Parts: sequence; C-alpha cells; structure tokens
Amino acid sequence: MKHIKTINKANLKETAAKGGCGKCQASCQSACKTSCTVANQKCEKEA
Amino acid sequence: MIHKFKLSGYNVLLDVNSGGVHIVDDLTYDLLDSVEPPFEDACPAEVINKLSRSYPEADIRECYDEIVSLYNDKILFSEDDYEKYALTSLASPIKAMCLHVSHDCNLRCKYCFASTGDYDVGRKLMSLDTAKKAIDMLIEKSYGRKFLEVDFFGGEPSLNFDVVIKTVEYARSKEKEFDKVFRFTTTTNGMHLTDEMIDFINKEMYNVVLSIDGRKEVNDRMRVRIDGTGSYDLIIKNFKRLVDKRPKDKDWYVRGTYTKYNLDFSDDVMHLYDLGFDQISVEPVMADACEDYAITEADLPRIFKEYEVLADKIAKIRANGKFINFFHFMLDLDQGPCAIKRLRGCGCGNEYVAVTPDGDIYPCHQFVGVDEYKMGNVHDGSFDNKMKDEFARAHVYTKPECKKCWAKFYCSGGCNANNYIYQGDIHAAHKLSCQIQKKRLEVAILMKAVQLMDSAE
Repeated sequence: MKHIKTINKANLKETAAKGGCGKCQASCQSACKTSCTVANQKCEKEA
Repeated sequence: MIHKFKLSGYNVLLDVNSGGVHIVDDLTYDLLDSVEPPFEDACPAEVINKLSRSYPEADIRECYDEIVSLYNDKILFSEDDYEKYALTSLASPIKAMCLHVSHDCNLRCKYCFASTGDYDVGRKLMSLDTAKKAIDMLIEKSYGRKFLEVDFFGGEPSLNFDVVIKTVEYARSKEKEFDKVFRFTTTTNGMHLTDEMIDFINKEMYNVVLSIDGRKEVNDRMRVRIDGTGSYDLIIKNFKRLVDKRPKDKDWYVRGTYTKYNLDFSDDVMHLYDLGFDQISVEPVMADACEDYAITEADLPRIFKEYEVLADKIAKIRANGKFINFFHFMLDLDQGPCAIKRLRGCGCGNEYVAVTPDGDIYPCHQFVGVDEYKMGNVHDGSFDNKMKDEFARAHVYTKPECKKCWAKFYCSGGCNANNYIYQGDIHAAHKLSCQIQKKRLEVAILMKAVQLMDSAE
C-alpha cells in the first residue's frame, strides 16, 4: 500500500478464540504494584 | 474503534479491536477525520471537495480505497466482539497472593501508600503459622492452576526474612503432592540485605523488585530512614551486590517513584542505567492532591514531554547496541497476552489476593486496611465469594470510561484500588492514572512500531 503501512499481525481476535487459559502472571506482581499495565505481559500458554 | 496520534514525526493509527498498528501518511491521517463505516464504492464527493485543497484528488481516491481494503480485511474499524468473553473468569481460581510478611519498615518514605509500612493497622510481623495457612488457602483455591505466584511484600519483607525462608520451604514441600509450581517474588528497599538474603533471593525468587527512585537527591528527599537521613548510599551498594550475583535467567527490576519534585524523571532512569541497572521501572506517585509532592493535572504536559524525552534517550542507547528495558514501554504487538486476559487488569480480588500479618484477606495490597473490602481470614477459613464475584465482574465492559477508551486492551481497566481510593468506585477510572497511562502507551506503541519497521528493512 502507498499510504498505509501495517506494522503488526493485528491478531487480537485470534487470541480471544484460543486464549483465556489463565497461566500468565498476575500483572501487578511484576514490577509495578501501584499501576496496571497488562499489554506488557507475556502469554504463557503452551503451544 | 480507531485511535490516531502524531508523535516524533510519525502518524500512528491503531485499530483498537484487532490490535492493528499502522503508520500512515498525512493524507490518510486527515481523511480518517471524514470517513468511517459503512463505506461506499468510491470516496464520497464531499470528502474529496473538503481535502482537495491540500491533496491531489487521485491520491484521495487511492487512499480511500486503501482504508476500505483494510476495513474489509478486518484490521481497521474492526468490530468489538469481546464482551461475550467478559464473564468467562467468574469462577477463576486464585493463582496469586501478596503475602504481607511485615507490616513494619526500616524506612519512612514520605509517599508510602502503606502509611510508612503499617497500613494504619499497626506494626506487625506475620507468623510462620499464618504464612503456612495462607499457602494452604492458595493451594486449596487454585484448583486447575499449576503455576502459583507468591509475592513477599510489606512494609519491608527482609525484616521478617526467617518467615520468608520457611514459607518458601513449606510451599516447595507441597509442590509435588498438589502438582503446583510456586513462583516467588519480593519487593525490597535494600536496607537490610545480607549476603545470605541475597543468595536466597537469587536462588528462589523468580523476580525481585528493588526500590530506589534514581538520583541521590531525588531518592533521599522521599526515601528516608527513621532518623530522617537518606537511604541512597546503602541501597545502591546492596542492590549492586544482588544484581551482580543474580542468575541471568531470573527477572529483576529497580523500581522508582517519581513525584512533582522530579518531573525530569528521565534523568533518574538514566542515572540508574549509568549505575549499571538496565531493568528499570519508574512510576508516577499516587497521592492525595493536597500533598506537596502529589502529581496533578497541571503537571501532565510536562510529564507527557518527559516520556518522549525518555523514549529518545532509550532509543539512543539501543542504537549503540546496548540493552536497556523500561517496564512501562514493554509491549509485544504480536504475541502479547490474549484478548481475554486484557478484559480485566491484575485480577485483584478474583485471581489475586493479599494476606496481612493477622491473616486477613483483601483484594490486593492497596486495599489492606479498608474494612469494607476485607474478604476473610486464613485462620477461620472465611472467604467472601460474593466480593470475589464483584471483582470478577469489574472488567472493561462494566467500567463506563473504559468501555469507550482506545487503551482498554492495553491497561485493561486500570488499577481497581486507585479507582476506589481516588474516585470512590472500583469501576470509575482514575483520570490522572488514565491520562499518564495513555501517553505511556502511545510512546510505547510508536517505539515498538519503529523497531518493527527497522527490523523489516
């Protein structure tokens, strides 16, 4: 495309279908404790 | 829903519901102010008329077709169809626990949310019996979850380190029998770290958070000892010893708080980096607006600029082939957490609880001492499942501001405790946090996008 460059896979919808296993870390346990960012966490679902 | 912003010479376009990130030219950026679904076969004449003074008509038509093409591919103006997943975690097991082994502290940090360590409920240490009962409760309520997280927190956990050691031993002794794996973490102010403690932390703790605010004058203004003197010189030495001995496969962060007194906090991040700490988290203080150090709305433009300055500094370090990680700029645009995880934040009160030295259970460490949010006690086995349900139902679709916010799948509804403390309702977004969070995300999204573009070339 000439005007728009897509950067990533844009696959959030696919993750909903396959996700929700709950194996990932509780976000507040990482390095914040006073705020909440979830998108910087890792998915830990086994392939 | 889309969100677009200009930053560092780039036009960034986010498709909120697919997670799609696009870099667009000025024409696309402007055209998106005038077009949205349902689309027509060709760009409407009134839109062309509106933009033709700035752009060639052929380009406008071409750009419109590109937008429609991405819409048809479901990576622009994609539908929000996640609400149906929002109730899936109503019956979630508890998988994480903040264990308050010490409601005492050897510092008197002026901004401490825990009232300098005792949470306004008295200076106490947790007994081993209480810690064991908390571990037992976690095992019992974690049905179906193998990986369990226990964070030794305070106050200052090293003041009760014998209980930390024995609690780890106790939990490890239960792993095989119950098919669980414990992941221990701790947060320490570094004042009392002996070699034995460091070795134990580095052996057993999956992550360790080391509290320091940055430059000596910044740290020592807020992070003071009981006699009022600063903590910097001692904790720097102790944290260096810990990090130097830390196995490479284990996580750690130095974690600071910035206040109104150091809105130039990128200098604190760089100071920590220059000292050899390359895993860094520095966050805004959350405090009542009447405190002299509190951040207010008036500080936001300065703070927003500072995140941009920080991003530039980090980019320069990385351009020289060096490593630095800033916690709140971490973002994986392709393989991050699933959409279901993103519907609610930390899981507090539902998948995550805090236990005090008396064995009282709260939704998280920040709710400790708030009577109406006491969920039970590990000694009498009480546990308020109705309150657990209330927290499970606190997701981005039950928080009115979050539901319409572009950042909802990144911050996931924010911090329920901050919402309660500053807005009076766990469902009411804490506006100051939201504004800072959104700026951090914009900077992080662009940093990642640039990195992906560079690696593709």
